[in-house]
Amino acid sequence: MGHRLAGLFNGRPRLQVGALLAGPLGWLVVGYLGSLFVLLIAAFWTVDPLSGELVQSLSFENFEILFDEPVYRDIVGRTVLIAALVTLTDAVLAFPIAFYMAKVASRRGKAILVVAVLLPLWSSYLVKVLSWRTMLSSDGIINWALEPFGLHGPGYGNTAVWLVMSYLWLPYMVLPIYAGLERIPNSLISASEDLGASPFTTFRRVILPLSFPAVVAGSIFTFALTLGDYITPRLVSNNQFIGNVIFNNISNNLPLASALALVPIVVMIAYLLVARKLGAFEHI
Amino acid sequence: MRTHAHTTRTAWLIVAGLVAFMLLLAGCGSSDDDSGGGNELQKVGKGEGEVNLVNWGGYAEPAWTKPFEQKTGCKVNSKVAGTSDEMVSLMRSGQYDGVSASGNATARLVDGNDVDPVNVDLVPNYETIFADLKDQPYNTFDGVNYGIPHGRGANLLMWNPDDVKPAPTSWDVILDPKKAAEYKGKISAYDDPIYIADAAVYLKAHQPDLGIESPYELNEEQFEAATDLLKEQRPFVGEYWSDLTKQISAFANGDSEVGTTWQYQYFALQEEGKPVAASPASQGFLPSEGATGWSDTWMISNQAKNPNCMYMWMDWIVSPKVNAEAAEVFGEAPSQSLACDHTADKNFCTKYHADNPGFWKRVYYWETPLADCGNGSSDCKDYNDWVQAWTTIKG
Repeated sequence: MGHRLAGLFNGRPRLQVGALLAGPLGWLVVGYLGSLFVLLIAAFWTVDPLSGELVQSLSFENFEILFDEPVYRDIVGRTVLIAALVTLTDAVLAFPIAFYMAKVASRRGKAILVVAVLLPLWSSYLVKVLSWRTMLSSDGIINWALEPFGLHGPGYGNTAVWLVMSYLWLPYMVLPIYAGLERIPNSLISASEDLGASPFTTFRRVILPLSFPAVVAGSIFTFALTLGDYITPRLVSNNQFIGNVIFNNISNNLPLASALALVPIVVMIAYLLVARKLGAFEHI
Repeated sequence: MRTHAHTTRTAWLIVAGLVAFMLLLAGCGSSDDDSGGGNELQKVGKGEGEVNLVNWGGYAEPAWTKPFEQKTGCKVNSKVAGTSDEMVSLMRSGQYDGVSASGNATARLVDGNDVDPVNVDLVPNYETIFADLKDQPYNTFDGVNYGIPHGRGANLLMWNPDDVKPAPTSWDVILDPKKAAEYKGKISAYDDPIYIADAAVYLKAHQPDLGIESPYELNEEQFEAATDLLKEQRPFVGEYWSDLTKQISAFANGDSEVGTTWQYQYFALQEEGKPVAASPASQGFLPSEGATGWSDTWMISNQAKNPNCMYMWMDWIVSPKVNAEAAEVFGEAPSQSLACDHTADKNFCTKYHADNPGFWKRVYYWETPLADCGNGSSDCKDYNDWVQAWTTIKG
């Protein structure tokens, strides 16, 4: 049996590759893209108001609701804005850390820093958000620490969401930038200095252009993760994000939820097209 | 050129796969028609060995499921749900035999053909259930019984007596914008479309010219008044809760000082030694307007694989001793009139007004809002409108 099977594959490279890829590709196409496809189709259905059952006929009703009701514009605007702010914050925080890790730290220091960046990923997402919830509460440690200076913490709200998300997704920004900076040969930096460039000019003309694709790659993670999250907004604010509205509609009005789910997909496609222009995928 | 042809072929293969998958799916969809209701059991036979329940937390505890398993041989598999919406979608999966549905799920389950009528003759303990729980609009449809009442309770107004003085006697403390402004950022509100009914209960008492009868049957004008009231309340709300631990932590930390709650959180905070108060006996335990509440019903799925065990469970859970235990664990009034002789706290039934129909007249049990207003006209806002409005209120 085994012999015959081996004989079957022998000298047939096409068949070998096909057998190897059938499982993963099948999963990708049927399980992964297929379910996405069904989701998108559901966006064009409606719900029968009485029985709550799906009416499977083409309709643009859900998209009309999304465009006509100002509340959805507010929610989409808020979500995209916070996602952009989180991305910007993480880029500014992550770059110096990644630069130190890649170019300055000793071998040991580098290892310690990599572990330090990865460490938060070992604990549960929920535990991290709930501890932020406790810290941000009115009797929490943030208010306690700020009180002697006559200051007050942000409390729950958009600021809290921005803070917590920036914390949560920071490692996803540090690691790609670190990998990008590692690839820049040190000789380029020395050459720039030898040619009389100041450290700032070296940074601006050599390091930044070469590492920018890595920053864009990292920003895809932070942006997409913020765009899709609905648990953090629920726990540290009263504001609705796209994910919250999808969650609220999913059992009652699946078509509307599907239509809403299209919004982050469209935003992400636009974002990825821009990212490709900026060269984020050149090294993948 | 060879590689190019190769890629094109792969791409076509993927497309073909997708199309085949869609066709397969469409095929499954059309063969999945519901057989409809009407196949209620005529006689409880031998147990099937297990029963799969969807229930509220605290409704299927080992204290009474273990003896049930020993007596009937039906193993109890309980799936706890947090909201009525979740219960409805779990039941639609067809994996469960029965559910402890609140009134804002029952009509949806019946209309969606997800549950079967219940033959109450096969549930001997049904006879002694409190009369004012039988044949209610949330458990009986077109004169057909669809379930066995489990118990009932009212949503409470809870506050922190250190911060909220004098003790409020009306929902106006959180719903009248002038009074609510005093507790800006400290108000706790229930995060669910059904909370619109709380505003309707308040308006029923304070704006009688709106003519609200049931807070779940609101026409355009009444509905708009209720949602406008909640939009005015929005800036003062510190936190919307749907997960009870979130509300407990908010009251314990001082983030919330006054708001709507369930008996469960009130007990839990008292046990933690936190300062909380709710409407006292001298005020009839309710704010002056009355309150929304719930009355839960055990229903049987129309795809039940274990109908005999489910019938045995429905009889067991309303048997006097078990119903008393379940009611005391959750903090609600039992549905079984004979349960009052079996409670650990001898005054339990008095405290929870189990046998006080006058009290329950002021409690508006959750119902599914339907377009049909019940008086022949169908210009009421349905649940879908409520969900949309709730999104708009929260902004």
